[in-house]
Amino acid sequence: MTRVLALVTDLGSRVTAMIWRAGFAARFFWATLRHSGTAFRRFHLTVRELYFAGVLSLIIIVVSGLFVGMVLGLQGYDTLARYGSSESLGVLVALSLVRELGPVVAALLFASRAGSAITAEIGLMKATEQLDAMEMMAVDPVARVVAPRFWGGVLSMPLLAALFSAMGIFGGYLVGVVLIGVDVGQFWSQMQAAVDFREDVVNGVIKSVVFGIAVTGIAVFEGYDAPPTAEGVSRATTRTVVTSSLAVLALDFVLTAFMFRGI
Amino acid sequence: MMKRSTLDLWVGVFVAIGFGALLFLSLKVANLTSLDASDVYKVKARFDNIGGLKVRAPVKSAGVVVGRISDIRFMTDTYEAEVVMSIDTRYPFPRDTSAKILTSGLLGDQYVGLQAGGDTVNLKTGETLKLTQSAIVLESLIGQFLYSKAAEGPEKSEKK
Repeated sequence: MTRVLALVTDLGSRVTAMIWRAGFAARFFWATLRHSGTAFRRFHLTVRELYFAGVLSLIIIVVSGLFVGMVLGLQGYDTLARYGSSESLGVLVALSLVRELGPVVAALLFASRAGSAITAEIGLMKATEQLDAMEMMAVDPVARVVAPRFWGGVLSMPLLAALFSAMGIFGGYLVGVVLIGVDVGQFWSQMQAAVDFREDVVNGVIKSVVFGIAVTGIAVFEGYDAPPTAEGVSRATTRTVVTSSLAVLALDFVLTAFMFRGI
Repeated sequence: MMKRSTLDLWVGVFVAIGFGALLFLSLKVANLTSLDASDVYKVKARFDNIGGLKVRAPVKSAGVVVGRISDIRFMTDTYEAEVVMSIDTRYPFPRDTSAKILTSGLLGDQYVGLQAGGDTVNLKTGETLKLTQSAIVLESLIGQFLYSKAAEGPEKSEKK
């Protein structure tokens, strides 16, 4: 009887903790938005975060975009050649990158490259009591530390996703046209006929903005919420990557279901 | 800590590259420049059957894309499909132009083909094309073929 009681109590405390954490996350997110004014008034703070989240992610985004595009070119050609429509390679590469792979893979890379760094930085600031020191000096750490990092990530995510797609299409061009010898004119003209600006490009950008908000929001929250120990920071960093990757994939499904219902 | 001007330079480069990629996607990949909504005129055509025609499918004349399908409606008065085409103002067509629904390749997408007539007056926005030819539906074609085969009688087909 006591074991059952303990079990139920345990369940109850877990649920309460989960709801409490969700509420804290929501309040924290709201506080970040409310203090966003600082991030734009003192824009050099955000510029610094744009450098760390955006510029330093350029290499990984450019290189992986190129390789993803080249692989799409090879695999797509192999399949399309069976149906005698290898000229549609441009359509396949461009649509899959602009609609799906660009925003999603860029967001996953961004979560592991920049999200983990944000969490570790804020977590370590908390562990070494820098955030408390700021509060002692009447500086709001949410305004000074969290909001610039949040906006730095949110602003750089769509640019990185667009760059990923562009590099991927270039990679597909390299493999398809230069290496295999698909007709250049067909490659571009079929792509231009099939890719729609509002339906495909704008929806892809909307996706990447949502992913940017999700990934960076999770990263700053996990850092701010991390237990102030070495172990706590390490766990928070891991959790950032896992949670934001799952969030990106789940959100991608929801957004795709709303955007491309196939008319 | 890096100097602020170096930081600004790198962020500037990053933003420029990012917007360059967006521009590339919208101009080179999605071909935003062609067929702006501003310089088109809209012409209607009614078809008995549009087959698999979709909105945004191309409108071609002599194989050249001259416009796009902007809307497809079902008309309850005549039980026909009304197709609205946006045609580039650079390509004026005579009033007695005829429209056909054609298929690119054997199994490709369907598009509207325009065949220019001989009238001296050109089409204007809101006018309707009189001469149309519906899409060829493969099932009814096969049905017709089987029917004509059956009508020929059994002894005729056995001769072969």
